[in-house]
Amino acid sequence: MKKYRVLIAKPGLDGHDRGAKVIAKFLQESGFEVVYTGLHQTPEQIVTSALQEAVDAVGISVLSGSHNYVFTEVVELMKAKGIGEIPVFGGGTIPEDDIPPLMEKGVKALFRPGTPLDEILAKIKEIIG
Amino acid sequence: MKRDQLKQKSAAWESETEAGLKKRPERKEEFQSLSGLDIKRLYTPTDLPDFDYEKNLGFPGEYPFTRGVQSTMYRGRFWTMRQFSGFGSAEETNQRYKYLLANGQTGLSVAFHFPTLKGVNSDHQLARGEVGKCGVAIDSLRDMEILFDGIPLDKVTTSMTVNHPAPALLAMYLTVAEKQGVSWDKVGGTIQNDPLKEFFAQKSYIWPPRESVKLLVDTMEFCAKNVPQWHPVSISGYHIREAGSTAQQELAFTLADGIAYVEAAIERGMDVDSFAPHLSFFFDAHMDFFEEIAKFRAARRLWAKIMKERFGAKNPKSMWLRFHTQTAGCSLTAQQPLNNIVRTGYEALSAVLGGTQSLHTNSFDEAEALPTEEAVTVALRTQQILANETGVANTIDPLAGSYHVEALTDAMEQAAVEYIQKIDDLGGMVAAVDAGYPQSEIMRASMEYQKSVETGEEVIVGVNKYIAEKESPIPLLKVDDEVERRQIERIEDTKLNRDNAKVDACLDRIRDTARSGDNLMEPILEAVREYALLGEICQSIVAVYGAYEDPAVF
Amino acid sequence: MDYAQEALNGSVLAGARLIRLLEEGDPAGIEGLKKIYPHAGQAFMIGITGPPGAGKSTLVDRIITEFRGRGKKVGVIAIDPSSPFSGGAILGDRVRMQRHATDEGVFVRSMATRGHLGGLSRATFQAALVLDAMGYDIVLVETVGVGQDEVEIVDLAHTTAVVSLPGMGDDIQAMKAGILEIGDIFIVNKADRVGSDDVVRQLQVMLEMRDYSATNWTPPVLKTIASKSEGIIELVDAFLEHRDHLVSTGILDTRVEERELHFFKELVKEMAYEKINTAAGGAKKYAMLTEALKKRETDPYSAAETLMEHLKVDM
Ligand SMILES: Nc1nc2c(ncn2[C@@H]2O[C@H](COP(=O)(O)OP(=O)(O)OP(=O)(O)O)[C@@H](O)[C@H]2O)c(=O)[nH]1
Ligand SMILES: [Mg+2]
Repeated sequence: MKKYRVLIAKPGLDGHDRGAKVIAKFLQESGFEVVYTGLHQTPEQIVTSALQEAVDAVGISVLSGSHNYVFTEVVELMKAKGIGEIPVFGGGTIPEDDIPPLMEKGVKALFRPGTPLDEILAKIKEIIG
Repeated sequence: MKRDQLKQKSAAWESETEAGLKKRPERKEEFQSLSGLDIKRLYTPTDLPDFDYEKNLGFPGEYPFTRGVQSTMYRGRFWTMRQFSGFGSAEETNQRYKYLLANGQTGLSVAFHFPTLKGVNSDHQLARGEVGKCGVAIDSLRDMEILFDGIPLDKVTTSMTVNHPAPALLAMYLTVAEKQGVSWDKVGGTIQNDPLKEFFAQKSYIWPPRESVKLLVDTMEFCAKNVPQWHPVSISGYHIREAGSTAQQELAFTLADGIAYVEAAIERGMDVDSFAPHLSFFFDAHMDFFEEIAKFRAARRLWAKIMKERFGAKNPKSMWLRFHTQTAGCSLTAQQPLNNIVRTGYEALSAVLGGTQSLHTNSFDEAEALPTEEAVTVALRTQQILANETGVANTIDPLAGSYHVEALTDAMEQAAVEYIQKIDDLGGMVAAVDAGYPQSEIMRASMEYQKSVETGEEVIVGVNKYIAEKESPIPLLKVDDEVERRQIERIEDTKLNRDNAKVDACLDRIRDTARSGDNLMEPILEAVREYALLGEICQSIVAVYGAYEDPAVF
Repeated sequence: MDYAQEALNGSVLAGARLIRLLEEGDPAGIEGLKKIYPHAGQAFMIGITGPPGAGKSTLVDRIITEFRGRGKKVGVIAIDPSSPFSGGAILGDRVRMQRHATDEGVFVRSMATRGHLGGLSRATFQAALVLDAMGYDIVLVETVGVGQDEVEIVDLAHTTAVVSLPGMGDDIQAMKAGILEIGDIFIVNKADRVGSDDVVRQLQVMLEMRDYSATNWTPPVLKTIASKSEGIIELVDAFLEHRDHLVSTGILDTRVEERELHFFKELVKEMAYEKINTAAGGAKKYAMLTEALKKRETDPYSAAETLMEHLKVDM
């Protein structure tokens, strides 16, 4: 059976990595291979990492208010690099209002704080297909 | 004799009650605090076998300070109501400060945006999208002048939450005071400047652990000489807790950080009683009411013992653990946000019953964004109601003598002592950080917590129970992306309007001083006065100290 | 998309996908591998092994910088263990190397061991081959090694560097067992910590007891402070020196030949086994004989002969 491979990244200068690490750990415990980029990533770094690692999905955690910039940039860059079909998901402090425009731009799932991990897992599997 | 009788009676009561459980079971098999301490059905004097009033509690203002550091506490003066705030540009935040002061807030507290916390300028590549978003953008003295425009620095006390770049921000603040004609001995406030927890909590680090402690001692030394009313460090458990630790870990790691700082200052040749009275602390007030109160009380008692017994402090003020509290940001929910007002209210109450010196109450909309003016006002009013209407501030440490609270206080202290022992065995906090110890402890605790939320064992109203079918949205504060553009323009403008040769010379001096190991405060002050950018100053230090990289401990 | 051809043309995307196919054991991957095979054999393969947290990834990061400075393209395969419980893995070596993420001359691929004790799965060898064929001059392979199981790294690497660090105490003694045998270069990292000279001395003493007549190469012991980029130039020089030594003595060719031969044998074994399972009645016979062995009704030698007889008839 094919293993799920997912990239988990923390963009920008914000160091609040609790969410990213809990998700990474949880996905590992659910049998995923999780490539963790660590903190302080630029959109370019995230996208080239996804490219080299041939992952099935890219997950990004943003708590710094920069979600509009980061997700838009990552989705655009992925398209430009020919990996536009790899689903992008994310979480953090993303106000409800900002979610629909980001989904329109191509983000496949955005999890609000408090989303149960099982729900996140199911959704990630669904968007990977 | 009487004690034995009580013991027997209480055992009899327990077994009778146990027997009745078959018919009427309790809500759960086992009851635990939020941080995993076992909670008994009932507490009686038998739970405090060694209780000795003088030894365990003493009187307010007297060793071991369990009941409070001052003899009158809130009967003298309420705690300082200090709302942490900052967003967008210095201009916008300056307006918010003036609003808060006009509404009865008694101290300022600056929230900086991430680029400032990381010591980089707003035009840095990684700052894209973050400028002014989670705090105010400060790139140089110029922004700081605007931030405090019209606010006399001898009339307010200010708290600044910034860590590795703290010396530079402190220098900016002091320079603004200078320009206002306020002498440094009249300037009061606190700068967080607690570098070690950055490696395992907030992760706004710049240079490596050892070097960061060295810089902290520089500021302690400088303040002791030049800014006597300033607290050069606020040893912070808040971020440790927010990173997912338990209450015990928060307490233990905070005090262990404090121990590392005291040791470093003593090593520098400072007399413990010369600097210890200026140490201050900062804790989180989470949802488990009694556990939090126990944590605050245990913190005071344990720190007093550490200072007296471990470091031989003589001045009682050196043994004081004075602390600021913030209600738990991580307890706020994006779902049904108005519920957060209630959460914050209870958390604030625990901080007050725990004897905090100052308090920040979170706004109900902060799970999703920085607070609106309306939300901030409710948060401030929460404190004002607590102080003025409930009467809880009329007597000192009202929960002392509660069998439950005293037993929890003991348990909390004991757990912290064990952690501190473990850290001592590893060679102190710097070595423990190198070994990834606090990192992995916190990771473990946050995974466990997350799982208990998943199973519903831990209930979060509106999130995993009592979920609303439909939520009514609340207005959120939006920081204009224009701020980023303007801030970058201002950097360009600052560079054009300063004496760049002088700035370069100042930065050279910073590098030279970093190499020589002398105190860096003076060279940093000089650079600040010449409008060196925060990023330039920090990069000059990095050139010598190296940059820290997170080992990503799981 | 013809991943193999595209990869040879320089497409990182195609190379990454080909490696993924190989990792998943997809037959299409093997087809690709055949296509790229003639183009491989140019890269210098370096193995970096040592205990968890020794600073291997940090070293790799700095080695990349040094090789890039010398104009070389660098591929990296960083291996982390799979969880024996969930089969999942957190692959975190990349964290240290992210400064190179946007450098087109660098390709970093993280891999989980997926149950391979030695840390190297067949996919690791195949991935290294892909990077080689894609034109990466240097291929660095990072594996966790604690004493016994990492021997496989020498099957892949031309030069194997073993990383140790101060404060290992008894671990150094334990290392003697397996890992000392495989190092061509020994690195004592974290030399900024007390006790690094002790480790260097201990290693030297232990290495003196080794017999070098077969290779004529005495492994150097080098001190590094990876986090401060100290000792990296010397380390890279040592890698190249070892490579020159392997070339000039002809050992490199022998090693490569041996490796190909080894693979050939492995593949023959595997394919023969596959054949048995697919041949008419083969799987059944195999199962029967396994049962008989368990009941001690036969011995392994007779069982194998019986199976071969059976196949001769039916094939
Ligand atoms: N003091 C010191 N620390 C170092 C040095 N090299 C690496 N480190 C630190 O050691 C820790 C582990 O480094 P890694 O490079 O992740 O080690 P590793 O061997 O790859 O670890 P695993 O892949 O988990 O086995 C990190 O915190 C590094 O910053 C060094 O020379 N001196
Ligand atoms: Mg590694």
